Amino acid sequence: MRVTSLPLAVTAYTATSALGLGLNAHLDALCQQRSGLRPNDFSSMPLPCWIGRVDGVEDVALPAAQAQWDCRNNRLAWLGLRQDDFLDHVHAARERYGAMRVALLLGTSTASIGATEEGYRRLEAGRLPADLRRRDIHTPHSLTAFVAAGLGIGGPCLTVSTACSSSAKVFASAERLIRLGLVDAAVVGGVDSLCDSTLFGFNALELVSPQPCRPFDAARRGISIGEAAGFALLERAHAQPQAPLQLLGCGESSDAHHMSTPDPSGVGAELALRDMFDRAGIDASRVSYINLHGTASQKNDAMEAALVARLFPAATRVSSTKGLTGHTLGAAGIVEAVITLLALREGFVPGNAGVIEPDPLCSAHFAWRNETRPLQVALSHSFGFGGSNACLAFARARQAA
Amino acid sequence: MNALHVQVKGIGLCSPHLADFHALRGLLAGELPAVATTRAHASALSPNERRRAPQSVLVAIEAASQAVAMSGYAASGLACVFASAYGDQATTDYMCNLLARAPTELSPTRFHNSVHNAAAGYWTIATDCRASSSATCAGNASFGAGLLEAAVLACADHRPVLLVCSDDAGVGPLGELIGSTQFFGCALVLSPGTDTGIQLRLAVTASAPRHPPLPADCLAWMHSNPAAAALPLLAMLATGAGDCVLGATQLLGLHAQVETKA
Repeated sequence: MRVTSLPLAVTAYTATSALGLGLNAHLDALCQQRSGLRPNDFSSMPLPCWIGRVDGVEDVALPAAQAQWDCRNNRLAWLGLRQDDFLDHVHAARERYGAMRVALLLGTSTASIGATEEGYRRLEAGRLPADLRRRDIHTPHSLTAFVAAGLGIGGPCLTVSTACSSSAKVFASAERLIRLGLVDAAVVGGVDSLCDSTLFGFNALELVSPQPCRPFDAARRGISIGEAAGFALLERAHAQPQAPLQLLGCGESSDAHHMSTPDPSGVGAELALRDMFDRAGIDASRVSYINLHGTASQKNDAMEAALVARLFPAATRVSSTKGLTGHTLGAAGIVEAVITLLALREGFVPGNAGVIEPDPLCSAHFAWRNETRPLQVALSHSFGFGGSNACLAFARARQAA
Repeated sequence: MNALHVQVKGIGLCSPHLADFHALRGLLAGELPAVATTRAHASALSPNERRRAPQSVLVAIEAASQAVAMSGYAASGLACVFASAYGDQATTDYMCNLLARAPTELSPTRFHNSVHNAAAGYWTIATDCRASSSATCAGNASFGAGLLEAAVLACADHRPVLLVCSDDAGVGPLGELIGSTQFFGCALVLSPGTDTGIQLRLAVTASAPRHPPLPADCLAWMHSNPAAAALPLLAMLATGAGDCVLGATQLLGLHAQVETKA
């Protein structure tokens, strides 16, 4: 049975990453093609690689009422929530609809695992140390529980943790809740912070580059891990007709191929795209720009370059921005959704940063440098471990179906 | 709030004392629970995958297989939601231990098993399922929140959906803090409401969780694993009627009503 998405107004959005705090910092870095990557100065033991670290996370103080959730990931969440008047927008939505009519759906891959790691480094007689004996932070729901309390959200709250597609899939969950009328608005987003688990874990899989990552470069050597927080407020488009940007639809699929590598045929990724096209009522010819998953892993980039060449007309421009932010894992979906929204708002295609020599697999769709052009419909791709795929379609409101 | 109507087409259950849904029916009818087992079968996995997969994945997949078999649907076409409060606690304990002393010795397989969507990944690979799959959590409300997500997916997209909710027994310093002491997995196949079979009506409510009386064993199991919060609903499904309120968030409940229509 064909399902049609409910167009949703994106009434507020924000991102905080290695590029800086909030939308202006991101726009500035995108326009300058200024990378936020730096040599790894984070892991508990040396690991020669580059990371996308957010400055100042350590100094953030959570509200006193939420002190039990204090940890790096939630400090990053709170830093991110305080950018671009996002708290005021959520407050207004709560006033408009009532706290129970606003949902919270956040993606994260590792949540506050960094605090659990720290506890194991400082065990006291075989137990977690007293200051970290807090159940609230040793759970993957730590982020969402903290943000729900911090924002006073009274509606459904859920953590989606599907690795690198987490904070893209939350848009699909929000759209369903609003379409069925269970809520009137949803705060979506995601936060992932640097931790040993992902740095040494991806290192064990030989997926971490010793250099700054170079998505779609012929000589790419793997990912650079970053951290980020991002959020968006979604409401029915007809309730916010003046909002300039909309979510047209989401598509989801599974690869059914392998736990840690994408299906090289791209069948799963293509299914997610086609699901999104069907729901949004568009086809590939309508797409002006795609912010690619583009991790700089050998296999993802080869699969995704072939997917673009196979499915999209020559007029569609594509790029990965992970050369600037690093791969922010569970936060990548929302950070790249925000970059896609900025590209639509400003009428530009961000260049595919980090490339020295493009992979010959890449078609003429790739924008290696920034391009100024009006965009009508733009997509964001997210493909995660376990073969979890999600594609999002955004549009300027006058183009909405 | 708007109510959701779904039909329960399949039910799966896997715990040390309850090998399947039939065993719960027996317990509710006054039979003694089985002698505890320590490992889930998860025969849906290939022998190779079964060796690589951690216990948390085996529990989830065993429950999922039972529910899908009862439903009569092909697993390959079912959208799925895998809910778990803590994911794989044994893998988390292993990783945090190793990261504290020799991080470069981390096993790549143990790392990819650590993602919260490991069970969803193994399941979709084993069943050749390319439909959407998700992995969710909501603390102690993980079952109620996962049920809401799955029922919304079924109703919004007019399609059958597999919900799995499972948690493993904890180990090490993390296990000591969390207090999940034995594994529990359950699964439901939900399809958009029809007029026959076991009907489930769900509505979000401000009411606190409550449920009809349950055998003492069930109450004890509910304290020993967050996924066992499903037991009141599973007991209602076993008897074909009843209502309860499940936790959906820290503040919100999910009012569940079961009735059977011929």
